[in-house]
Amino acid sequence: MSVLLYLIPIALMLGVLGLGAFLWAMKNGQYDDLDGAAHRILLDDDED
Amino acid sequence: MEAKTVSISETDCCSAELTCKHCGGNCESGDYCCSGCEAASKAIDVMSMTTSFSSLAQHLENGEFQLELAVEGIHCAACIRLIENALSANDEVTYVRVNMTTERLSFQWRGDAIQGDVLAAQVTKLGYKLHAPNDGRADERVENHEKLLLKAIAVSGFAAGNLMLLSIGLWSTSSETMGFATRELLHWVSALIALPTIVYAGRPFFQSAIAVLKQGKTNMDVPISIAVILASLMSISEAMRQGEHVYFDSAVMLLFFLLIGRYLDARAKGKARDSASRLLSKLAGTAAVYIDGVLKRIPIKELTGGMTVLVAAGESIPADGHITKGETDIDLSLISGETLPQHAAIGTQTLAGTLNITAPIEVHVEKASNESLLSKIVRMMEVAEQGAARYVRLADKAASLYTPVVHLFGALTFIGWLALGVEWQVALLNAVTVLIITCPCALGLAVPVVQVLASGELLKNGILLRSGDALERLACVDTIVFDKTGTLTVGKPLLVSGEYTSEHKQLAASLASNSQHPLSKAIYASWEGTVEKLDVQELPGKGLQANVDGKLVRLGSKAWCGDKEHESTSDNILELWLSIDDKPQACFEFSDAIRSDAKKVLASLHQLGIETHLLSGDRTEIANQVALTLNIQHVSAETSPIDKCAYIEKLKEHGHNVLMVGDGLNDAPALAAAHVSMSPSSALDITQNTADIVFQGEQLEPVFGTLLTARQSNKLVKQNFGLAVVYNIFAIPLAVMGFVTPMIAAVAMSGSSLVVIANAFRLRLQKARP
Repeated sequence: MSVLLYLIPIALMLGVLGLGAFLWAMKNGQYDDLDGAAHRILLDDDED
Repeated sequence: MEAKTVSISETDCCSAELTCKHCGGNCESGDYCCSGCEAASKAIDVMSMTTSFSSLAQHLENGEFQLELAVEGIHCAACIRLIENALSANDEVTYVRVNMTTERLSFQWRGDAIQGDVLAAQVTKLGYKLHAPNDGRADERVENHEKLLLKAIAVSGFAAGNLMLLSIGLWSTSSETMGFATRELLHWVSALIALPTIVYAGRPFFQSAIAVLKQGKTNMDVPISIAVILASLMSISEAMRQGEHVYFDSAVMLLFFLLIGRYLDARAKGKARDSASRLLSKLAGTAAVYIDGVLKRIPIKELTGGMTVLVAAGESIPADGHITKGETDIDLSLISGETLPQHAAIGTQTLAGTLNITAPIEVHVEKASNESLLSKIVRMMEVAEQGAARYVRLADKAASLYTPVVHLFGALTFIGWLALGVEWQVALLNAVTVLIITCPCALGLAVPVVQVLASGELLKNGILLRSGDALERLACVDTIVFDKTGTLTVGKPLLVSGEYTSEHKQLAASLASNSQHPLSKAIYASWEGTVEKLDVQELPGKGLQANVDGKLVRLGSKAWCGDKEHESTSDNILELWLSIDDKPQACFEFSDAIRSDAKKVLASLHQLGIETHLLSGDRTEIANQVALTLNIQHVSAETSPIDKCAYIEKLKEHGHNVLMVGDGLNDAPALAAAHVSMSPSSALDITQNTADIVFQGEQLEPVFGTLLTARQSNKLVKQNFGLAVVYNIFAIPLAVMGFVTPMIAAVAMSGSSLVVIANAFRLRLQKARP
């Protein structure tokens, strides 16, 4: 059962990684304008 | 907002002290202190804009200014691009972003604060209406609450997943096989994950429970908080006692499910009704007033009786009073719902909020702005809205029944087991499992899931729910009151018949293309060919005239177009005549068409046993005619906004649950007073804001469709409550007898939630069936 000593921390670490990514995305405003994002994909006038 | 004195007269620059015409600050020479002010002032004059946004601009740390404004009329990607490109084409603009969800425009620029007005004017010029975001704080609070819930869902979801991973290990093997040390390790790891999660993700429930308990009341959050806190305390004590069962996973899973329900609920609630304050913004602008013979702009709020205001064509009349100079047409639709502009001359009474269409006029103010009819309507709406807020939602009723029952069972279990002589820890364990297993997972999801599905379904059909409990209230409606103009009818005149040739029509359309009058617009809209460019004169109350190949061509009222024979009879306002050199040539007849499916919808409503009423500000004959065509049972015509509101109140007193459908400002108080309200998307913003439900399109069918959906979803909600009760009938005895292990709790909780969600999805199945 000593394998648990590695696996549990690894599992938790991966979970925390995902959670962190989500919270970062939210703080970064990725979810602020879902309707706008859906429409912006239709714009193709990148200047560069 | 701060008063801006934008002078229109040229004489002003001769004053001894030089002040900027735009911002009022000192300036060295000329009319403006800087080129920014000059440009802004000119832009404002050109647009006859009455508000200035630059005072709202925020000064950022890097020296730039930021402005956040509400935009109306963003529909698609093209709108986003248009606004963003237009603003970013300015060199000084450093950031611009349109948020489609919240309908906000945010931009930053270098230079002066005043430059913001120029930029805002550019957007207005594109055809998007801008206004100051009203009460941003309330919006922000709602937004922050939603964000907190979303974060809590993320954290509790993460924890619930990991706890389940560990718990499955605990459940699948007996402690002997696993070893006691391993079991204890898993228990403590679970505690390590669960406790911070509960502290973090439980906040929405704990906070609301504490707030409610302080008032000496109770709500659903109280039993939830008690169950979660007791479950975790008990699990800690079990872990320390090296007991067999810990309930960390149950507690966290409970939070996870309930948070989902809470989040859906918060989303469905949407924006709060803010109609009255929006309406007041009509009175928030400025008016051009003669003070000592000089024209000055002062805030409308500061108008008092005896002043004389100049109202330009296209501007709203700022006060109740009468016309002292000029002749024009006034669009009264805001107040009376009348489709056609009324001719107004010296002595005609004016009402605040109505629109001056054709020519500039001077108005003698009789009442201060807070005594105008518009202000009275605002106050009436506020009163009516407070009355409507007293509705108690089904879920809250269920919660108030649920709490005492469950706590009673919990207490009885504890006492019962103690009486049987077991250890107090075991008795408490059993009592807490009662609280956990009965915890309102299913109840918490019963309403929001149905609501989200129903509103999604309605949205697909162009029906927008503006308040969370609109469907619930709509389901018990037994009386529907319709407004006429714009609700049962399309709301604008259409060319229906007449005696004319296609050359006549082209000539009429050419004249009409120069006018904003609804009848002109109707002719122009129905003409598909090209129009000639003419030099057209518009004469208020009469019509249009122009010189074509040396002949005088007129389009207007019968008498004016030279039909001398019938001059004595009153003009039928729903026809236009075309004359050449005073000889009548052609006649165009218009009518405000009834929505094409109105008759069918009314018939279906009568079949459901619903009583129908027609309330109109229009003349009695017209209202009666419409009612007769559509088979409407009760008619009341020539009603003022105040009458309409009183009419609804009277119906309510007789015990009716009234749905009001209307589109004008004159309907707004009635909409607010009614049990639930709907308005077409062609309605004024203010009216749409007041209504609980807004529907799109030329059809009246949504009224019937929404009612059916509301009744259906109400049925499903009640079924869901029924299912939750049935589930508890099985679960409570098991828990009371002490048979509930953490595994059974987990299965029962997720099982009941899934059943409720699955039942809610039947809404879609029923819709799909013909």
